Amino acid sequence: MTPRLGELWVYLSASPLLGLTVTLAAYQGGYWLYRRSGMNPLANPVLIAVAILVSLLLITGTSYQTYFNGAQFVHFLLGPATVALAVPLYAHIKRIRAMLVPVVTGLLAGSLTAVLSAIAIAKLFGATTPTVLSLAPKSVTTPIAMGVAEQIGGIPSLTAVLVIATGILGAVGGSYIFNAMKLHSPAIRGFAIGVASHGIGTARAFQESEQAGAFAALAMGMNGLLTALLLPALLPWLGTWLGG
Amino acid sequence: MVAALTQLLLFQLAGEVIARGLDLPVPGPVLGMVFLFLTLVLRGEAGANLEGTSQGLLQHLSLLFVPAGTGIIVHIHRVADEWLPVIFSLFISTAATLIVTALVMRMTLGHKAGDTSGETA
Repeated sequence: MTPRLGELWVYLSASPLLGLTVTLAAYQGGYWLYRRSGMNPLANPVLIAVAILVSLLLITGTSYQTYFNGAQFVHFLLGPATVALAVPLYAHIKRIRAMLVPVVTGLLAGSLTAVLSAIAIAKLFGATTPTVLSLAPKSVTTPIAMGVAEQIGGIPSLTAVLVIATGILGAVGGSYIFNAMKLHSPAIRGFAIGVASHGIGTARAFQESEQAGAFAALAMGMNGLLTALLLPALLPWLGTWLGG
Repeated sequence: MVAALTQLLLFQLAGEVIARGLDLPVPGPVLGMVFLFLTLVLRGEAGANLEGTSQGLLQHLSLLFVPAGTGIIVHIHRVADEWLPVIFSLFISTAATLIVTALVMRMTLGHKAGDTSGETA
């Protein structure tokens, strides 16, 4: 690097402008590839953007903290976006009433399964406690999962990555599993994928049908709320087991 | 749009203040979501302004995950050390959640309300 370029780099790496710009550019790149692949769930734009950004940070030797100084402006919007989830949730209130019993029982069973099986399997295969706690809220949408992880002693940024991985797994595997179960009801297919795989699963459900998508959005909102309330309350009961 | 964004931030702020003030084990924005939901139920409508802004924000929801996802760089060693429990947990738990949710709903739904599968679970 020439001295001038060096000076320029010192300036740019200290300003939030660069972190913010590369975040948006990497996401644009990821989204472009996703579109080009015909919306293949494996070409998830978040996954691609993260891979691009991690490579950039490693190549330039930039610390995550420096990068985050800029990226925090995007990150901040997760808060109002979580609040905004109330709007689609409200839009589906009539559907909730019409299918109240299956929706509530399915939600309770699915939410508990998601949390308890994630904890039990991770523990069984020898994960450390912070990793186990980061995995526990993996099925709910990222802003909620990160908040919950922070509450219970997990690592929010690790949870974000695990949540995204869970979303991709459910979106890719869901239709195969439901077909094997000979399950054709769009309401149930949508709701189950929303409980297990939050927003990424919801996007996938909308491609199957409008009704499946609506139920997935409903499940995503309800499971986010239930997990946020349930998990911190459940934790003392699991405490001795986790500590052991 | 500014009015709707202010409204969302106010609900988040209220959630944050109450969650921290009362030491509740719920993230502030989640509480804000509950308050907004209850407000909409009472009010009977969301309004075009709030609907438009929420839709705009949620349409690009996945972009908002990117900075946090990039945080994997800080945890690369942890994931590398614990890849086996992490992979097993993600795969098995996600499949189990899909299956259990679907089975329970099929059982409680029975044959009414448009379940076209006609299967008994």
